[in-house]
Amino acid sequence: MNLSGEAAVWSMIGVIVLLATAGDVLLAGAIRQIGDFDVIRSHSGLKGAILAVLSNGRFFSGVLCMALSFFSLLFALSWADVSLVAPASAALTFVTNAFAAKWILKENVDGRRWIAAVCVCTGVFFLHR
Amino acid sequence: MTFRRYLILGAVMVGASVGDTFLSAGMKQVGPVSLHHLVGLLIALKNPWVLSGIVFLILFFASYLTALSWADLTFVLPATGFGYVIVALLSKFWLHETISPGRWFGIALITLGVGFVTRGPSYTNHNHDGPEDAITLPASPGESAALKKEDQPA
Repeated sequence: MNLSGEAAVWSMIGVIVLLATAGDVLLAGAIRQIGDFDVIRSHSGLKGAILAVLSNGRFFSGVLCMALSFFSLLFALSWADVSLVAPASAALTFVTNAFAAKWILKENVDGRRWIAAVCVCTGVFFLHR
Repeated sequence: MTFRRYLILGAVMVGASVGDTFLSAGMKQVGPVSLHHLVGLLIALKNPWVLSGIVFLILFFASYLTALSWADLTFVLPATGFGYVIVALLSKFWLHETISPGRWFGIALITLGVGFVTRGPSYTNHNHDGPEDAITLPASPGESAALKKEDQPA
């Protein structure tokens, strides 16, 4: 793979990471608005839980980002090895999601969770080296 | 964390890793898709491996959404990383592939990371600013949903 080829692959990985992070944050925000599925299901059944999800606008924005991320992944997989694209995009998404969860979702990302994100990110890197 | 919730986290791990593997097998059969011929991505949906991968990813998605309803994003995501360990262990003990020391180190790190996060609380208090997210520090996600229901006018 030449330099421009490598740059193209890493650009594709960047696009996958951005879209996946946006999708994860939007979905997590949507599900947080909706509440615990177990509680909803006990009150209004499975149909009520599905309706609660399908009537949330933020959920569809998240799904759109996830779908775009999925097609970006398919596109990247058709050009580069899965052993590079899958772990690189997954590992980077752990880190970007930790930042997004802290700053956008206002989650309490304590030391334990930062360590977990770094361990998993580094572990994915070593696993596919 | 109940046993049922651990099962849901397990479905998140298995669905994502098996789905990605099937997608990869399918896209290898389909071949490179040109940027000027993106319709090729839709044609790829006819491939049985790609379709099977999508079925597993749907399983992943349903479990993922369920997990997010009672846990933080930063709790669920490291757990999904354990799927890579499952694939590596399957390749070692089922496909008899060789796992290098570097890979064992990676497996140990991911296991450590998942162990770290799952020993903490699945859901933390959030400092919300917006009126639509005005949850007042619930003790549990179930209580959070109950609080939101009570806040709604009859």
